[in-house]
Amino acid sequence: MKPITVLVSVDSNSILLGAKEFLKYLNELIREHNLDTIVEVLETGTIGNYNGVTIAIMPDNVYYSVNTQEDVLKIFEEHILKGRKVLELEIDKEKVLNLTTEELPKEYKIVTRNIGKINPKNIDEYIARDGYFALAKALQMKPEEIIDEIKNSGLRGRGGAGFPTGLKWEFTFKTPADQKYIVCNADEGEPGTYKDRLIMEGDPHSVIEAMVIAGYAVGATKGYIYIRGEYYGSVENLRKAIKDAYEYGFLGSNILNSNFSFDLYIRLGAGAYVCGEETALLESLEGHAGRPRLKPPYPPQSGLFEKPTVINNVETLANIPPIILKGADWFKSMGTESSPGTKVFCFAGNLSNRGIVELPMGVKVKDLLALSGGVAGGNTLKMVQTGGIAGTFISTDKLEVPLDYDSFAKYGVSLGSGVILGVNDKHCVVDIALNVMKFFKHESCGKCTPCREGTKIAVAILEKMSKFEGTENDLEELIEIANVAKNTALCGLGQSFSVPLLSLIENFKNEFLEHIEKKVCSANICKKVEKTKKKAKLAK
Amino acid sequence: MINLDEIKKIVHQAKNETLEEQDILIYTLHKIQDKIPNNFIPEEAAEVVSQELKIPLSKVYEVLTFYTMFSTKQRGKYVIRVCTSLPCHVVNGREIIQAIKDELKIDFGQTTEDGLFTLEETGCLGLCGVSPVIMINQEYYGDLTPEKVRNILRKIKGGAKI
Repeated sequence: MKPITVLVSVDSNSILLGAKEFLKYLNELIREHNLDTIVEVLETGTIGNYNGVTIAIMPDNVYYSVNTQEDVLKIFEEHILKGRKVLELEIDKEKVLNLTTEELPKEYKIVTRNIGKINPKNIDEYIARDGYFALAKALQMKPEEIIDEIKNSGLRGRGGAGFPTGLKWEFTFKTPADQKYIVCNADEGEPGTYKDRLIMEGDPHSVIEAMVIAGYAVGATKGYIYIRGEYYGSVENLRKAIKDAYEYGFLGSNILNSNFSFDLYIRLGAGAYVCGEETALLESLEGHAGRPRLKPPYPPQSGLFEKPTVINNVETLANIPPIILKGADWFKSMGTESSPGTKVFCFAGNLSNRGIVELPMGVKVKDLLALSGGVAGGNTLKMVQTGGIAGTFISTDKLEVPLDYDSFAKYGVSLGSGVILGVNDKHCVVDIALNVMKFFKHESCGKCTPCREGTKIAVAILEKMSKFEGTENDLEELIEIANVAKNTALCGLGQSFSVPLLSLIENFKNEFLEHIEKKVCSANICKKVEKTKKKAKLAK
Repeated sequence: MINLDEIKKIVHQAKNETLEEQDILIYTLHKIQDKIPNNFIPEEAAEVVSQELKIPLSKVYEVLTFYTMFSTKQRGKYVIRVCTSLPCHVVNGREIIQAIKDELKIDFGQTTEDGLFTLEETGCLGLCGVSPVIMINQEYYGDLTPEKVRNILRKIKGGAKI
């Protein structure tokens, strides 16, 4: 190993901030100064900073946020050549957020343990950080013991629904069949969510290792990673990781001389949000249009090709190897009683520091907002949407709510996929509702009426309101549509559009009424549409 | 023109990558569409897929028309996918959309007269750390302003590679 290691984040977000150019420039500088034997430059995932590209210098453990080539030059000349920190570029959360260490919520890195620390394209670096050790340990255990460990850990599905992972595994284990499958749901499409992308781009082997363990535990010998067709960067890293895992004997036949064999393939989606719903995903894997199935039977009984199937989210899987290595009790020491462990949160929208953080379950919305640096550009926070597009909108008086899988039942605030979307006061509630409902209308698969027709009518009503043509009756109809879909739609997509819609109406009813009664949009986004054109045509 | 032998070759290659017999329709369609200029699947190609994979043509079309990444009609050389989801919408996504529409003089679902660009909407691309974002073919562009997006489009019009 060379004396100095420089880590540069090259995940998809960072690339858009110039990571590749900075990397090239840095390598040129190093060559120019003949420091090739002293400085090692590695490409890694991200630590979650998106105000610039993250460049870390090891072993000094200093993290910089870089926006221009001059910044790179400064770090090279000052830090690498002369050993002096470039203070103005250093990422110092305390200083940026104006908080003391005690005030900052403590981050725990379980899922993100390797991200930003290893080169995701190098399997040796994963192994060096205890990678595939959990697999080796699991293969010495009985399948029932593994399932018990996961059950005891209390790990729940991180895709949003929060179903106990151990139970899924147990049901699949107990269903007799000649073939079973493990499917990784990497169809991340929940607006505002980009954690799975960063896990797959920053630490793909953790997902692969977990899938092999799951396969051994439930008796499945084949697995699929179903990934969004638009996620090119993630697909590339995963393909390389799978290839390497085959070469090292962590995939394929007779894994680590255990007589257990497991094959893993990647399949791409093709642009359908509904395929994140597990049974729609299975339909898509089977080569059909992605329309959800009637449940029951659930996938552990009859899943892919009607065989017992475990479907787990990327983040859920990334938790598995540490749980196997360190045990259920260790895992339960973090988070809340009903939702142990951590959650990766994604900051999106009008927030200052957009990026990901991993915190124990039960963290308050307020603390998450503090970590995100609050609202960008000196504006005021109007509302926060938690949990993704199918999550709740909350007004600023509900920020004390702790987030875990019970917070929706207890406080009406959803954890979902872990999105914290900040919206500033320049925005109009009707316009936000319209954007959300247009999304659901577009993504509705059309199979069941409450969703197909409900989303359509909701969009029509909200369009009316945005032109100041809505009535109070319309508002009541919106509520009714949402409630009917909640109770009668076939799948999670149709059932859940009621959540954002109803929470908007509940928290911001006055603003809806303003549009209806006073014909006013205080954010000045909705505009009255003059009907003069039509009249002119009629006159002809 | 579309070389049907080449399409056949793609299907045969895909067949080698199956884990189960039925799992490759979407995968194959992706591979074919990536090869065809104008980013679409013409009827002749769909027929080859139908014959080679022994899947009824109606079924191939059901899949082609269900998923938004596929197209049965000819698209531009560059397909622009603009994220219209809320995380981009609240950070001036609307202005980006307007800037693109004004620059190219087309609406969503349309192709420019010169056949260079097709404009489409997409759901969240998972790049919300640098929103607003768009995709042009397989490239992403983030932290956009109307100015930046106009420059990107003008460069491509001027013959720059993406």
